[in-house]
Amino acid sequence: MMSRILIAIFLLSTASFFAEKIHVGKHHKIKCIKTALTHCKNGDSIIVEAGIYQEGNLVIDHSISLIGENLPVLDGQKKFEVLSIKACNVLVKGFKIQHSGFATLNDPCGIKVYDSQHVTIIQNVLDDNFFGIYLQYCKKCLIKDNRIVAYGEAEQQIGNGIHCWKSDSLVIEGNEVSGHRDGIYFEFVTNSVIWRNRSAKNIRYGLHFMFSNNDAYISNVFKNNGAGVAVMFTQKVKMFNNRFEENWGDAAYGLMLKEISDSYIVGNTFKRNTTGIYMEGTNRIKLEKNTFELNGWAMKIQASCMDNEITANNFLSNTFDVSTNGSLVLNSFNANYWDKYEGYDLNKDAIGDVPYHPLSLFSVIVEKNPPAMLLFRSFMVSLLDKSEKIIPSLTPDNFIDHLPLMKALNL
Amino acid sequence: MNRIVKFVILDILRNKIVLFYTLILAVLSWSVFNLEDNSTKGILSLLNVILLTVPLVSVIFSCIYLYNSAEFIELMLSQPIKRTKIWFCLFIGLVFSFVLSFVIGAGLPLLVYAPFDVGLIMILVGVFITAIFVALAFLSSVFTRDKAKGIGIAIMLWLFFALLFDGMVLFLLFQFSDYPIEKLMVVLSALNPIDLSRILILMHLDVSAMMGYTGAIFKHFFGTNLAISIVFVILLLWTIVPFLISLIKFKRRDL
Repeated sequence: MMSRILIAIFLLSTASFFAEKIHVGKHHKIKCIKTALTHCKNGDSIIVEAGIYQEGNLVIDHSISLIGENLPVLDGQKKFEVLSIKACNVLVKGFKIQHSGFATLNDPCGIKVYDSQHVTIIQNVLDDNFFGIYLQYCKKCLIKDNRIVAYGEAEQQIGNGIHCWKSDSLVIEGNEVSGHRDGIYFEFVTNSVIWRNRSAKNIRYGLHFMFSNNDAYISNVFKNNGAGVAVMFTQKVKMFNNRFEENWGDAAYGLMLKEISDSYIVGNTFKRNTTGIYMEGTNRIKLEKNTFELNGWAMKIQASCMDNEITANNFLSNTFDVSTNGSLVLNSFNANYWDKYEGYDLNKDAIGDVPYHPLSLFSVIVEKNPPAMLLFRSFMVSLLDKSEKIIPSLTPDNFIDHLPLMKALNL
Repeated sequence: MNRIVKFVILDILRNKIVLFYTLILAVLSWSVFNLEDNSTKGILSLLNVILLTVPLVSVIFSCIYLYNSAEFIELMLSQPIKRTKIWFCLFIGLVFSFVLSFVIGAGLPLLVYAPFDVGLIMILVGVFITAIFVALAFLSSVFTRDKAKGIGIAIMLWLFFALLFDGMVLFLLFQFSDYPIEKLMVVLSALNPIDLSRILILMHLDVSAMMGYTGAIFKHFFGTNLAISIVFVILLLWTIVPFLISLIKFKRRDL
C-alpha cells in the first residue's frame, strides 16, 4: 500500500515537473490555439491571452488545462462546434465562447465533452451557441459559474443550455442560463447535483429531467421559463430550497411531475405561477415545508397519483389551493397552513378543530369547464362554494386536511 | 342649475342616510383590512361590498328619493325651468353625494391598504357602479307612478344583475360546454355592469390563474390598457343610456 502511494506521488511530481506552460497570443511565439493543442502533452497548461480566435473546431485530446486570461473569445463563426473535449482530466476556464454552428444532426455546441471523466468547465461565458455545454457519457465532471446566454426564438431552432446525457456523478453549480430551449437538460444522468443555478427566460423548460435517478437539485432559481420545470420518469429525486417563479401559461407549471416516485420536495417556494405543482402518475412523494404563494393553482393533483404526503406547507393567497380531475383520492394532506381556512381553535393547540376541505367546488367546475373562470368571485359562485364546503356533494369528501394549522409556518 | 344641484345635495345630506352609508362603508372597509393579515383577503371582502351593497343602496335610496321629491319636482316645473335641467340636476345631485360617500368610506382605506393599481381600479369601478345604479333607479321610477311598483322594479333590477345573470351564464356555460364559447362569454359579460366590473378587478387580483388558456383569451380582451379603456367606456354607456331613456320618458310624461 505504502509503495503504491509513493509511486503515485512520484508519478504526480514527475508529471508536474515535466508539465509545461504554453502561452498563446499575439505577443507570444505560438499565435493560435490549434498549434498549441497539437504540440501539448498530458499535464500541460495552455494559457491564452485576450483576443479573438476564429480557428474552427478546437479538439482537446490530452489531459490539459486550457486557461483564458481576460476572457479571450473563441468564435465558431456560426459554422463549427467551438470546443470538443475528448480527454479526461481537462480544465477549461475563463473563455468567452460564441457563435457555434447550427445543425440538428450532430448538435454543434459551445463546449462538448465526449466520453470523459474529471472534466472541469468553470467561469466561461457562452454566448449565442446552438447548445451551450453538452456532456455525453461523462463521469465526475464539474460545470461551475458559467454564464450561458442564447437568443432562441422557437423551440426547434435552439439547443439546450447545459445538456447532459448518459452521465454520472456530475456537479452543475452556480451557472446562469437563459434564452435556450431547456436551461438544464438531464437524460439518463445519475447521482448528480444541480446546485445554486439560475435558469430564466428559456423557451421551454428551466430544467428538464428525464430518466435520471438519484439526483438532487438544491437552491436553484427557475424563473419565467416557457413551461417551468419538468421532472419525468424518474425515481429518488431530491428537490430542496428551489424557487419556481412566474411560469405563466396554460401548459406552464412551476414544477411538473410525471411518473415520479420516492422523491422529496422540501423547502421550495412556488410564487406567481399559473400552476405551482402539477402531479401526474406520481407516487410516494414527500412534499414538506414548501411555500405556495400567489399562484393560480397551488397544486393540481391528478387522480393517478398515489401515496403522496403533503405536510407542513404554507398555502398563501393562491387563487385555488388544490384541484384534481377525478374523485379518487389516495394522497394525504396533513398539518398544512391554508389561508382560506375559516375554522376555529377552541383548545388552543394551534391546530384547527374543524377539518379543512382544500378542494373548492369551483376549482372542480373550472377544471371541467375552463371558461367558467369568468364567473369567479361572483356572488353566485361564492354561494355554491360555501354550500359545498358545508355539505360536500360534488367534490370528493375524503379530500381533507384533518389537522389544518391556525398560523402560517415560519419557513 | 348649480343652485338646484346644491339644493338636492343639501336635501340628501339632511336626510342623514347618506352619512350613515358613508359611516358603514368606512367601518366595513377599515375593519376588513385590519382584521385580515394579508391585504388580498381584505380586497376580496371589499369586492363583495362594491358588487352587492353599493348597487343595492344606490338603487333603492335613489328610487325612494325620486318618489319622495315628486312634489318638489312639480313645484320646480311651475317655474320657468326646463324639464331636462331638473331631471339632470337631480341625477347629478344623487350621483355626487353617493360617489362622495363611497370615496370617503371605501376609497380611502383602499388607497391606504391595497396595491395602488388594484385600489385605483376598484375605486373607479365603485364610482361607476354607483352612477349606473342611480341611473337605473331613475329608469325604474319614471316608468310607474306607483311607489311600491317602482321600488319593486329597482330591487328586481339589482337582483337580476347581482345574482340571476350569473346563474344564467353558468347555466349557459354548462349547456354549451362542448362549443368554444369563450368569446361569447366576453360579449355576454358586457351585458352586465356588475360582471364587467368584477372581471376587470379579477384581471388584477388573480393574474396567475388568468394566464391559462381560456384565461389568456380573457386577458387578451380585458388585460390590456385598451381593453380597460373599453370596459370603462361600456360602463359609461351603462350610465348614460338608462339615464337618457328615463330623461326622454320624463320629458313626455304627463305630470
